[in-house]
Amino acid sequence: MATEVGPTSVKAPASGGAPIHHAPKGVGEDNRIATQGRWAAWLLAPTILALSVVIVYPIITAIVMSFQKDAGLDPATGLFVEGGPAGFSNYYNWIFQQCPAPDGGTVDCPPGTLGAQFWSATGTTFFFTIVTVGLETVLGFWMAVIMARAFKGRSLVRAAVLVPWAIPTAVTAKLWLFIFAFEGIGNKLFNTTVLWTGSEWPARWAVIIADVWKTTPFMALLILAGLQMIPAEVYEAAKVDGASAWQRFRMITLPLVKPALMVAILFRTLDALRMFDLPYILTGGANNTTTLSILVINQIRQGFNAAAALSTITFIIIFLVAFIFVRFLGANVVEQQTGAGKGKK
Amino acid sequence: MKTRNFLLPVATAGILAITLSACGGGGGGTTSGSDAASQGLDGRGPITYVQGKDNSNVVRPLIDKWNAAHPNEKVTFKEQTDQADQQHDDLVQHFQAKDPGYDVASVDVVWTAEFAAKGWLQPLKDKMALDTSAMLKPTVDAASYKGTLYAAPESSDGGILYYRKDLVPTPPKTWDEMMSMCSIAKTNNIGCYSGQFKKYEGLTVNASEAINSAGGAVLDANGKPNLLTAEAKAGMANLTKAYANGDIPKEAITFQEEESRQAFQDGKLLFLRNWPYVYNLATTEGSSKVKDVLGMTALPGKDGPGASSLGGHSAAVSVYSKNKATALDFLKFLTTEETQKFFATQGSLAPVIGTLYDDKELVAKLPYLPVLKTSIENAVPRPVTPFYPAVTKAIQENAYSAIKGEKTVDAALSDMQKSIESASAGQ
Repeated sequence: MATEVGPTSVKAPASGGAPIHHAPKGVGEDNRIATQGRWAAWLLAPTILALSVVIVYPIITAIVMSFQKDAGLDPATGLFVEGGPAGFSNYYNWIFQQCPAPDGGTVDCPPGTLGAQFWSATGTTFFFTIVTVGLETVLGFWMAVIMARAFKGRSLVRAAVLVPWAIPTAVTAKLWLFIFAFEGIGNKLFNTTVLWTGSEWPARWAVIIADVWKTTPFMALLILAGLQMIPAEVYEAAKVDGASAWQRFRMITLPLVKPALMVAILFRTLDALRMFDLPYILTGGANNTTTLSILVINQIRQGFNAAAALSTITFIIIFLVAFIFVRFLGANVVEQQTGAGKGKK
Repeated sequence: MKTRNFLLPVATAGILAITLSACGGGGGGTTSGSDAASQGLDGRGPITYVQGKDNSNVVRPLIDKWNAAHPNEKVTFKEQTDQADQQHDDLVQHFQAKDPGYDVASVDVVWTAEFAAKGWLQPLKDKMALDTSAMLKPTVDAASYKGTLYAAPESSDGGILYYRKDLVPTPPKTWDEMMSMCSIAKTNNIGCYSGQFKKYEGLTVNASEAINSAGGAVLDANGKPNLLTAEAKAGMANLTKAYANGDIPKEAITFQEEESRQAFQDGKLLFLRNWPYVYNLATTEGSSKVKDVLGMTALPGKDGPGASSLGGHSAAVSVYSKNKATALDFLKFLTTEETQKFFATQGSLAPVIGTLYDDKELVAKLPYLPVLKTSIENAVPRPVTPFYPAVTKAIQENAYSAIKGEKTVDAALSDMQKSIESASAGQ
């Protein structure tokens, strides 16, 4: 957090200060910038304070906790006793799926322990992320293109599309749980007898369908915002030059909407990587739908410190994915805004 | 110069934040409650009672009654959500923070051992002793840990076998008898038996019932897993066989309580294992097709009544309470015959006092009471262990695989055994 503050506040007086504010050039300028900088810092201080309390402190606490052993039972008294320092063993145990053995060492986690589910949960999380974000991008793009056109009732369509997004995820999950019940409308409608939440692939598809239904509107709106930034003249020019609809889409729409699209995909990906409530309510994590977040919650009930290690691992994974997006795929949230500002001027 | 001026406020804010939050932090680990357990024993004054959502409005009238009689020791009701997991996590947070504001808490029977081992519950002995002679023994066992009572049994619950009176002439007493009646279901083209086999807490209930009813046990007397026995194997095999040959319909692995009740009420099941709450709904709901043909009996066992898993709640005193004398009085008040009767009539909660099950007035109102008494008398608490969250996961995960036929019964039981061993091995 602190690193983000540096550049933005320094930028403020540098880029916006001199030309916009009618500051007289010359002697007072240096002083003025310094005063402004300090003033800005004081204005920012309450935010920094709040962020430190609600973000920095919990993250540090979690990391500290992750290096502690979970409380163990003292067989004599039957009471739990403090575990003591653990080094990297919590992390090691998750990554190599090791569980405590009765004789004191560790063994490969037997099926039925949470430790045995780490890699499958990681796989499931990425599987869900790739499939849902993929489908949402395609469908969202399609919806955005439709919504971008001028037609009667456009605002109604735009509002209607938002409905799934506005419903809380837990409610969505319950709705789909009813739809996917054995006696539910899903099976009735198609005259099938699929155990949607009772077997592996149907359960996965149930989660994917519900998630796509819910979050495609978000994707569509972000892409729509990007589409509306493209000036109509560009299309007219292309038409005059004889470009086909497909060429216009590929050569104009796609490259111009790419910044907005990348940001939308980045947001959705980070969101999907911490997917929790949908599979938790829909399947309870059965049939290989346990995501990393579900695993963390389950572990919290069994031991805080191992859960802290797991959530730190999840944090790192999500951070790496975000880093890759920003660094290599050009999803730049900050530049996007300044670019837009310049465009308007 | 410039940088320093800029950094100063930010740094101040940061340091202030860390200090502030450090003050709020505290705790984090486990505490031995031994010091706290010896304090406040004579304290009298206002207390707080914490419980999950009071859906049928039983707690408030009781507390009003108490408050009228004890103006100087008033009880405040702190209502939690209606989700068991959230109630559990809320209690953990407050106990961990040593919150003296949570004087008396309603604790699910499966949490008692965990909370007791963390040192959060006041042992009910010596000065704090509570008379449990009138209470059903399984409910007292479920509120005890390592031979010490840690909570006052407040309400109980047990499984009941519902059946179709019109199709089943005499209710089955044993599992084998019940399975032999599945031919009736076949001729009527309905499913034979179902419980709750989705992968969730209900599966632990059903799987432990199968194992206990066949004479096995999930944990032995010392709390060590004991699943590699012929009895446990026979119990699990009862479920897997019935699922494989269709006596348990295939959709049963998606059933929680409500789905299974719905299937039974729609006339799609011959036998249903469920809790007492089904009785009211199945006999009064307009859509119910079994209104007039609803039969009830004890769960089937190996050669007699089966061993139900025990449900229900107990009221425990927090070791951090400052007014433990008042708290103990309130516990006694919750377990009087009068209060228990009110629980039963107003909230349909099964009493913990044995004689109430034979009370004519009550039985007229709640006709399932005699069956429920058999059920609770034969009930086995779900594994009483401080590692319950891990134990229940181990049972669910492996029982689910076994029922679906992805694992043999032997493999499932051995994995269950190993998982529970590992969970309780933690250092």
